[in-house]
Amino acid sequence: MESHIAITTDINIADAYQMLVDPKSGGICTFIGTVRDLNNSKEVNNLFFEAYEKMALLKMEVLAEEAAQKWPLNKIVIIHAIGKKEITEPVVFIGTSSVHRDAAFQSSRYLIDRLKEVVPIWKKETYQDHSTWINAHP
Amino acid sequence: MKVHAFGVAKDITGAAMIDFPMEETFVKVKDFKDLLYQKYPDLINLPSLAISVNLFYASEETVINKHDEVALIPPVSGG
Repeated sequence: MESHIAITTDINIADAYQMLVDPKSGGICTFIGTVRDLNNSKEVNNLFFEAYEKMALLKMEVLAEEAAQKWPLNKIVIIHAIGKKEITEPVVFIGTSSVHRDAAFQSSRYLIDRLKEVVPIWKKETYQDHSTWINAHP
Repeated sequence: MKVHAFGVAKDITGAAMIDFPMEETFVKVKDFKDLLYQKYPDLINLPSLAISVNLFYASEETVINKHDEVALIPPVSGG
């Protein structure tokens, strides 16, 4: 299994996809988390992401290893963005490639769910008149 | 002891890196948190506050050496 783990200011989706291409894989599953315009009925202006980079990268590596133990995967890509992100911009990219689709679907779901629970990254939402850090997990 | 602070914890402490006074070389996480809450009472109001030691989530019983890399981890919200 090959993995590509990164924290970056801008996610290049085409490049991220190319890292999943693999002659032994019959299925590639990707999830892209993007900035939406409403949260709890409040109009969001933009988001700002901050990471504890060293620990976040380590946690993302561990999640990739866990996924590779649970499913037969050939490639794993986990990329998270930091800094200011506008509506519709990608903030997280999860990709898995495997011989068959079941492993690719299940592992990508696992990776995004676990990332949201344990990886030390924080999101600040800015609305029309104020901004606030989001406390999601736990 | 140098302590990293992130997200809302950084707003409460006022800095990304705080210099936390430690008399002893070793301290348990739970005792460190008590001292922390005395100095920054607003941290108590967070839904949770994890402590990482050398890039791993620590338990309340984990012993911190004052030279370890310690960070305040408020509830995460990536993705």
